[in-house]
Amino acid sequence: MHEFTAIGKRVPKVDAIDKATGRAQYIQDVKLPGMLYGKILYSKYPHARIVKINTDKAKALPGVRVVLTGDDIPPIRMGVYKDNPPLKSGKVRSYRDEVAAVAAVDLETAKKAIDLIEVTYEALPAVFDPEEAMQSEAPLVHEEHKTNILKMPWKLHYGDVEAAKSESAFQVNDRFTTTWVTHCCMGTSGAIAEFDHSNNLTIYTNTQIPSLAQKDFLETLKALGLKEKRARVIKPYIGGGFGSKLDTYAYEHVCILLAWNARRPVKLTFDREEEFIATSTRQPTITDIAMGCDKDGKLLFRDITMILDNGAYTSWGVTTPSVMMLPISSLYRVPNVRYEAKCVYTNNTYSQAMRGYGNPQATFAIESLMDMLAEKAGIDRVEFRRINSNQPGDVTPQCFKITTCGLPECIDAVADKLNMDAEKEKGVGVGLASLIHVGGGARIYKSDGCGTIIKMDDYGKANVFTGASDMGQGSETVIAQIVAEQLGLKVEDVHVIHQDTDVCPWDVGAHASRTTFVAGNSALCAAIKIKKRLVDLGAEALKVDPKDVVLQDRFIFSKTDRETSMPISKLLRSSHFTHGGQMMMADHFYDPANENLGRDFKGNMSATYSFGAHGVRVKVDEETGKVEILDYVAAHDVGRAINPLLLDGQVYGGVLMGIGYALTEQVVSDKGKNMNPDFRDYKVLTAKDAISLQPVVIETIDEDGPYGAKGIGEPGCVPTAPAIANAIYDAIGVRMKDLPITPERILAALKKKKGVDSCGIDPLTDKEQKCD
Amino acid sequence: NGNQINMTIEDHWTLLHLLREELGLTGAKEGCGSGECGACTVTVDGRAVNSCLYIAAEIEGKKVVTIEGLAARDGGLHPLQKSFVEHGGIQCGYCSPGMIMSSKALLDENPNPNEADIRHALAGNLCRCTGYIPIFESVQAVVDKSAEDIDVVVRDFGPQPD
Repeated sequence: MHEFTAIGKRVPKVDAIDKATGRAQYIQDVKLPGMLYGKILYSKYPHARIVKINTDKAKALPGVRVVLTGDDIPPIRMGVYKDNPPLKSGKVRSYRDEVAAVAAVDLETAKKAIDLIEVTYEALPAVFDPEEAMQSEAPLVHEEHKTNILKMPWKLHYGDVEAAKSESAFQVNDRFTTTWVTHCCMGTSGAIAEFDHSNNLTIYTNTQIPSLAQKDFLETLKALGLKEKRARVIKPYIGGGFGSKLDTYAYEHVCILLAWNARRPVKLTFDREEEFIATSTRQPTITDIAMGCDKDGKLLFRDITMILDNGAYTSWGVTTPSVMMLPISSLYRVPNVRYEAKCVYTNNTYSQAMRGYGNPQATFAIESLMDMLAEKAGIDRVEFRRINSNQPGDVTPQCFKITTCGLPECIDAVADKLNMDAEKEKGVGVGLASLIHVGGGARIYKSDGCGTIIKMDDYGKANVFTGASDMGQGSETVIAQIVAEQLGLKVEDVHVIHQDTDVCPWDVGAHASRTTFVAGNSALCAAIKIKKRLVDLGAEALKVDPKDVVLQDRFIFSKTDRETSMPISKLLRSSHFTHGGQMMMADHFYDPANENLGRDFKGNMSATYSFGAHGVRVKVDEETGKVEILDYVAAHDVGRAINPLLLDGQVYGGVLMGIGYALTEQVVSDKGKNMNPDFRDYKVLTAKDAISLQPVVIETIDEDGPYGAKGIGEPGCVPTAPAIANAIYDAIGVRMKDLPITPERILAALKKKKGVDSCGIDPLTDKEQKCD
Repeated sequence: NGNQINMTIEDHWTLLHLLREELGLTGAKEGCGSGECGACTVTVDGRAVNSCLYIAAEIEGKKVVTIEGLAARDGGLHPLQKSFVEHGGIQCGYCSPGMIMSSKALLDENPNPNEADIRHALAGNLCRCTGYIPIFESVQAVVDKSAEDIDVVVRDFGPQPD
């Protein structure tokens, strides 16, 4: 077997030294000469007419350069549904609505100026519950749409669900809900916008989608009358992404508008409270789900309706039902499926993409119900999953082509490592849940591609310009490993440049766990082109057959005679510095052979699919309702582990985020107002909450992946909540159907089980609330 | 970081403001501004503090070490820095300067902490990327001295800043 030199090694992140020494510059650390500081004024009401805005006092404050309101700016509409202006005019639809903005010589002055802006509101009736918002008499969030239900009908239907229901030997159904959670990136949002003398824009911003952001910013320039101008997007180091940077936001466009009006660079960064209030959340969902199987435990149908709280505006997150369809139709073999989802406007904060992109919400309902159905059918939970597991070569009824599939191995590994059948003491339980996710890109946009340019220098080093975005997950390192492996270089010889749209090729964005697969393949194909040229040149120089040429350890040599060799650097120079000399460069645009979902929502969305299974052992204290995690096993089919160190990091981080989702994290929203905009009250998990986790890597070597790899960025947080809910049921016999599973909810469920009518403590009133 | 600085400090400055805005030492980060996240951690006379809450005027006559002052003047990384790099203790990196400085304060006080000690010392430093496990491993490796053998390519940093 071929020995790899870079692939499969625990290579430290290539940017880790800069980060360990404090040299890495985040948006907070960037300053430009003459820079002003921007600040945004948010709405005081969840839904109100803006009667009047008086900015006179703010404008008169010394040091203030620009004050803007919604009436001062050209028509700009953000978001996939084009329903969101960066500064609101006429009315506000949520507490996070941007009403006015200021640029001043320093941050203190900008804050003072914001406080001096007087806004007169006329409050309007508001709606905060998506089910109420669907009623005909509900207040309309966007009057022009005439309904709060977005005209995006997510409907997937195949087989005959009604017939399958009547054929099912066992059926269960229930309702599951999830609430708002937020990314909690350690680095807050921010941007710096600057125009040159010819009115071209440079914007430094935290984004996962530099190419699509560039398109959005060009539209804003166009609205300003700057039609043929350029927009250059530069990403500094990003302090965490997790999906939060998958759209452009009001603050970025406001920053551009302020800089344009000030004719000076403007920096606008969020403080932590603003980060909690004015960035988007995961979609809260209400899921009604039914599932049935035959007497042997074979799944016959899934029937699901879902309501998603869209909030007041629409982001890419509105397309999460397309990814929810993946587990709904294709986690296990399901011959008959009906799924309908409605995204509904409310006067709440608007939701967005977050790690897993809808999959955690859907999987919570599916995998909880899998346990309930197994119990009803009298089949062992693990065996039930084995019976229904996907297999390599399956084409699911939604037309997903399962190429490699390590799900059976993942389930076995979890059952084995967790020792699920071991004797249990009181209050201890084990639970299991599986996952399917896109692992080979996800064609949501027109293109799912990524470009790479490789430029070799005269000293044997490679500059790799990639469209991929690294926000901490390590794509730079993985790309460097892939190129180093191909070209016989050391990883440190490969410098990956991904920060600047002026030099980097197009990429749809760092989402859908697609970067290792798509950007990796793109880099691999570009490197193969360079390699071919190096081999041809080397064969000529060494006077050997090209078939016998090997690139390794910075040398090119003959397979048959190791002594016939030359440093790659010398080969590069000799081809460059000669008559008719050539530069060694190559480019490649890789767009996977996946498909957009059709009108019937069928189509092979991803070039391959990632699988996994998580198992957890918990101990539940019936007195306090506290859940303690004793053991956790996370098994993932990753295709190939290109970098086991970074792979483990994705799993560790994903699982802990998933545990927060399951047990502690929530944005407490009182009539649209965020009541806990800080880490402590939001209950993000700390070092004291960290668990002991055993990752298991299953390698299935996917033929379409770079060196066989599939995506792994998101899966770690997908099955965590249902695995824990299943373990809690196993421990104390109560089925937790609402996230987060707080101690209050557990105590309430225990009381309800014992016949006491209480659904826990209302976090807002501190009083017991009755069950509906 | 070993340099004596004479300057006028305004009453309302925090230590974080002094470091980042007045001295240009941007290694310490502001993650929350209210002492919850630890991204701004530096040591004052050997003790880890949240510099966002620390009144700058109170550092008169005291020794402040920031992440910029941790590596040796010849560019050699501190064992903790090496270990965080090697063990995947760093992803997005925003928490790393504070995380490393809290670890430094722990090891200076207690060279042989157990896992509970490490968790306790880092309880005020939030990380959203790593699940903390690689961070514990990074600190543990230094305790076990294995970090001395770590093979990390150290770039030539030249002289260290103030």
